[in-house]
Amino acid sequence: MKNMSLHIDVDAFLPATDAEKAYMVQMRPSSTFFKDGVKRLVKNKVALTSFVVIVLITLSSIFIPMFWPYAYDSMLGVTPGRPVDSSYNNLAPFAYGRTEQKRIQDGAAVFPHIFGTDSSGRDYFIRVVYGTRISLAVGFFASIIVLVIGMTIGSIAGYCGGKVDLIIMRIVDIIYSLPDMLMVILLASVLKISLTPIIDGTVFARIGSNIISLFIVFGVLYWVSMSRLIRGQILSLREQEYVLASRAAGAGGRWIITKHLLPNCISVVIISTALQIPSAIFTESYLSFLGLGVNAPMPSLGSLASDALNGITSYPYRLVIPAVVISLIVLSLNLFGDGLRDAFDPKLRT
Amino acid sequence: MNSKTLLYIVKRIGLAILTVWVVITITFFVMRAVPGGPFMGEKAISPAAQAALEAKYGLDRPLSEQYFTYLKDILTRFDFGPSLKQRGRSVTEIIADGMKTSVKLGVVAAFSALAAGVVLGAVAALRRNSVLDRAVMVITTAFVSMPSFIMGSLLLVLFAVRLRVLPANGTTGAGLILPIITLALYPMAYITRLTRSSMLDVLGQDYIRTARAKGVSGMKIIFGHALKNALIPVITYFGPMLAYIVTGSLVVERIFSVPGIGRAFVQSITNRDYPMVMGTTIVLACLIVVMNLVSDILYKVVDPRINLE
Repeated sequence: MKNMSLHIDVDAFLPATDAEKAYMVQMRPSSTFFKDGVKRLVKNKVALTSFVVIVLITLSSIFIPMFWPYAYDSMLGVTPGRPVDSSYNNLAPFAYGRTEQKRIQDGAAVFPHIFGTDSSGRDYFIRVVYGTRISLAVGFFASIIVLVIGMTIGSIAGYCGGKVDLIIMRIVDIIYSLPDMLMVILLASVLKISLTPIIDGTVFARIGSNIISLFIVFGVLYWVSMSRLIRGQILSLREQEYVLASRAAGAGGRWIITKHLLPNCISVVIISTALQIPSAIFTESYLSFLGLGVNAPMPSLGSLASDALNGITSYPYRLVIPAVVISLIVLSLNLFGDGLRDAFDPKLRT
Repeated sequence: MNSKTLLYIVKRIGLAILTVWVVITITFFVMRAVPGGPFMGEKAISPAAQAALEAKYGLDRPLSEQYFTYLKDILTRFDFGPSLKQRGRSVTEIIADGMKTSVKLGVVAAFSALAAGVVLGAVAALRRNSVLDRAVMVITTAFVSMPSFIMGSLLLVLFAVRLRVLPANGTTGAGLILPIITLALYPMAYITRLTRSSMLDVLGQDYIRTARAKGVSGMKIIFGHALKNALIPVITYFGPMLAYIVTGSLVVERIFSVPGIGRAFVQSITNRDYPMVMGTTIVLACLIVVMNLVSDILYKVVDPRINLE
């Protein structure tokens, strides 16, 4: 009945020993928002598999051209000073051209044409690999452009509010209601012609007028949904109770921005950028298919599929290969994006 | 319909008109910005002939005057001027000609996508987590990730080249089957997923439980209560579906050589037939804008609780 008495226990006021102090310390390391998200993402088997597929495709598209014995634009039947050897054109998979057969008979090892060659005698495997590289690069950079423009304009609209917000949002409304694909086709077909003389002789000429016009089109048209998203996020986050609570507890503007606004915005930004990449790849392949994509002889998956359409009856595999690759890329990027959303969107956290 | 809904409709129509005007203006000035103008082709023509051609098509007058003439011709007479490559035919004629086939294609594709999508989605939702549900979800995910030109090409390889059961050429009636399937698969997959998720949402609502408790039969609950409400979100997809079918028809008509508006559009881009490119862009854009408008208004009228802005 010691506790019932009013007698004060003097022992309770003694300094704590080191053992007692250690007992009070929580030994679990603090988990950050990012760590939490990654933990959830790793648990999602579908997203993880998609991620592995994307990484494998990306790495092989970067590294295979480095050691592959054939170049994407070299016509194997063409040797300077000799008539064109047409035996190299339209080779079936694992078949060899005339001079190559001779070399094999002489005992030399010749690297096989895994997917055969195309109608100009170019190794088809390396063209598919290179086309994958182009498609991925276009998708990635187009998304970065969209991200930068959308984030800048969206945050300006969100922070400034008032008239600036109103004007920006009306412009966004109009661009949003434009039929995007038709405008893309229109702009791409015109820019393709008008850009060629401008960029001639500069670094951009190597990239090709078509890809640049594609980037411009993305920069002009596709930033709207990103900026809407960012603006909405900033507007709603600014009014959240935890921001108010943080401010009431004496937090400064910098703390609120770095600890509350940015982490909550970033997840949305990452997710929508991840989902923007497949849609950019989609658009690029679509335009390439209409002949508005990359400049020949540079391949992209869309232009490879488009070229294959001419020989569809004899060489259907030439269409199926880029078709499978593109579907695989788009599918895994979409699934990975969905996984990211599930893992990083705090609103879905249970 | 209350005044708020009415205000929304008026605002929405205003935005649609503004959009159409922006499309016409962008199209006009973008096309005029092409260096050398429409007659700078592969063949060099004499300056005299060039001047005569420009005078004939009114290209020598000031840009603002050309713009207002163009705008007036479209709005009053639906006239997009003559085609530069198909001599003697006006753009309006070519578009009207192509529309005959394309509209047939698009309408059949849209309705089959709608019918198949709603049925599949509803069945998947009612048999949630069954083998059927999982199969439907896997297949629709695959379809949604496949660009229309790849879908079309693969169908062409399979049915026209390998199996030889359907014609590869879309000029005849039977030849339209493959293009219709190609166009319908993506919207169908999308509608299936949309119907499934909204059906699942509705089936968990209190009024469904109330109806069950009252002893309403299963069929009546599904058709009278659940499906009716689950289909409301599908209305919002009408506009995007039409936009998809329009852009999809550009490649699908190319793959299957269907003599429609999409193929004419793609040809006019490669031929640099500027009046044709402008005319087709404007007509197709208007179609999409109007369809978006209709689906938005319909959505608001069907369910006034929804706050669209």
